[in-house]
Amino acid sequence: MSMNRREFMQLLAFAAASGFALNSRSALAGNADQFYDLPSFGNVSLLHITDCHAQLLPIYFREPNVNIGLGASRNRPPHLVGEYLLKAYGIKPGSRDAYAFTYLDFEHAAKTYGKVGGFAHLATLVKKVRASRPGSLLLDGGDTWQGSATALWTKGQDMVDAGKLLGVDVMTGHWEFTLGADRVKHVVDNDFKGKVDFVAQNIKTSDFGDPVFEDFTLRQINDIPVAVIGQAFPYTPVANPGYMTPDWTFGIQEDHLQKIVNSARAKGAQVVVLLSHNGMDVDIKLAGRVSGIDAIMGGHTHDGVPQPVVVKNAGGQTLVTNAGSNGKFLGVLDFDVRNGKVADFRYKLLPVFANLITPDAEMDALIKKVRAPFEDKLAEKLAVTEGTLYRRGNFNGTFDQLILDALMEVKGAEAAFSPGFRWGTSLLPGETITMEHLMDQTAITYPQSTLTEMTGATIKGIMEDVCDNLFNADPYKQQGGDMVRVGGISYTCDLTKTMGSRINNMMLNGKALDPNRKYKVAGWAPVAEGVQGEPIWDVVSGYLRDKKTVAPRKLNLPKLVGIEGNEGIA
Amino acid sequence: MNQARRTFLKGTAVAVAMLSGVLKVGKAFALEWNSAAFTAKKLDEALKSSGYEGAAASDDILIKVPEIAENGALVPVEATSNIPGTTSIAIFSDKNPNPMIAEFNFMNGAEPFISVRIKMAETAPVRIMVKANGKVYTNSRDVKVTAGGCGG
Repeated sequence: MSMNRREFMQLLAFAAASGFALNSRSALAGNADQFYDLPSFGNVSLLHITDCHAQLLPIYFREPNVNIGLGASRNRPPHLVGEYLLKAYGIKPGSRDAYAFTYLDFEHAAKTYGKVGGFAHLATLVKKVRASRPGSLLLDGGDTWQGSATALWTKGQDMVDAGKLLGVDVMTGHWEFTLGADRVKHVVDNDFKGKVDFVAQNIKTSDFGDPVFEDFTLRQINDIPVAVIGQAFPYTPVANPGYMTPDWTFGIQEDHLQKIVNSARAKGAQVVVLLSHNGMDVDIKLAGRVSGIDAIMGGHTHDGVPQPVVVKNAGGQTLVTNAGSNGKFLGVLDFDVRNGKVADFRYKLLPVFANLITPDAEMDALIKKVRAPFEDKLAEKLAVTEGTLYRRGNFNGTFDQLILDALMEVKGAEAAFSPGFRWGTSLLPGETITMEHLMDQTAITYPQSTLTEMTGATIKGIMEDVCDNLFNADPYKQQGGDMVRVGGISYTCDLTKTMGSRINNMMLNGKALDPNRKYKVAGWAPVAEGVQGEPIWDVVSGYLRDKKTVAPRKLNLPKLVGIEGNEGIA
Repeated sequence: MNQARRTFLKGTAVAVAMLSGVLKVGKAFALEWNSAAFTAKKLDEALKSSGYEGAAASDDILIKVPEIAENGALVPVEATSNIPGTTSIAIFSDKNPNPMIAEFNFMNGAEPFISVRIKMAETAPVRIMVKANGKVYTNSRDVKVTAGGCGG
């Protein structure tokens, strides 16, 4: 049978629509090559991964159906979900890309197209893309050394070694710092020495403002000088425990960044790129206020955005990208540089479909080696889930609801809080929840669970505070996480209001929350130093072993006001 | 930088500030302590008592503060006045128990630049007030003070 590419793609689409599992690499061999056959363009290429959260193996990851943008961010990337995103980028419903970029028909699409990411698969893809792009650089936007059991148990060493083997050239960070300042400096000064440039123009010592890392690195790509400036997550000591980096100060540092851009240009850079962990809304604002940056390659907010947002500024324009999370995507930015400046570009955010890619043997061997001492512990079966478990979304996710339910039951609490983290993988109905899956949601260096007496007024104060970190009208005053997940208390969230007035109608067991009464509230991940408590994974694993089967979770979601016509919610 | 040099510099920085005469530390406290202004509980009372009432907005006052404070107890504030004839710079924060935080007087054409750390009770504007040639000027920036946690 002879079949041209178009016919073959149609056949695949038909098969997908019929629910066939397309997970045979041999059956798809021809297609796989074509799917990833990305024509080279220009003379300067940058590959970008970010926020893989230490996921070395292929995983499922459900994109959010709630990612609301307000004010200038309303109905603009990255605040488009589901069908709004498909429409904005011309992606066909039911297609591979629709599965990669949206939550639509998640269970069915996941069975059809399979798992995504995995470092051995990513390694093959990186090699393939680099083969047609000589001299290209591989940038890692950070949140690489945290998010899995093995990363926690090896203090990030598994990911340090995997990043080096993958061929990362330049890196910046965020969750890396929760391993402690000394650990990060040790890796940068030893493992990375002469191999990976760790850059962060916005980290200084808090006493004299001395630089802690290099501001930028200047590399030659096909004889063209290219500067990659680092921007670490500006609110690390606020969003995560400040005691992890006691002598460092972060922040956005626009003025300093402009100086660094100018100095890179003065040193001959014809292309200037900011490798950023700001989050996409912050990057878009920054792009309008700092000039001379050709592209901001961003992460932190875990937005898989198919094309760059182009921002005009005093110096011309800046491309702003965001490359998703959990190893799902590889960003490829090609510049055509002529007469000393960027003349044109192409960008592609390639989803990493594990079923379409032969894993790289060397990376596969490394992964097997780092996992070997822990396999028994990782594979421990805790319970079977009847519903889909996921985290991502502005207000709640089913895995977070499970954590809240476990916290309230085990601790005997009336209410519970769980942080609005955006990492954490997904499970399909019928899957066994293993210890590894639980660690994917909880593997942090400050895992203590707590039971605290709080007044109703304090509970409201905390919820208002976190909500403002998500919805403050000024992106520079946002922190890029989601709303704290709340168990036991129903509420209304009014997005037309400001801090102090957004959270209303708070009810517990059918009664209005009394601002003066004390309630028992369970939680985990305290940012204060010295808090004692059983690690969250022990609380939840005990609960799961006891339950054996997890029924589909009923999400505690707030009633939202002010979302009419908002394309960030479906 | 090695630790010994760092410690030495910390000590000398303080000594230089004390001796330079730019900050009239001793004199200010001994002779000109404006108790009514510094103990006022409300912003308008503090501004009135310190003579900064009715200030005109000015972009010639440059302010550098964090968007979100890393630690509300130690918020770095830098301010420069490019207004000719600047004789004083004062810092106020609306929601502190005592909104007037500090005042610096500049003599003999000293450069009107300050860099200090202030304590902030909660999210509020940091107001920089300037006296120059008998007039008062102001500029402000909001600083967010948050409980933290829950980041990405």
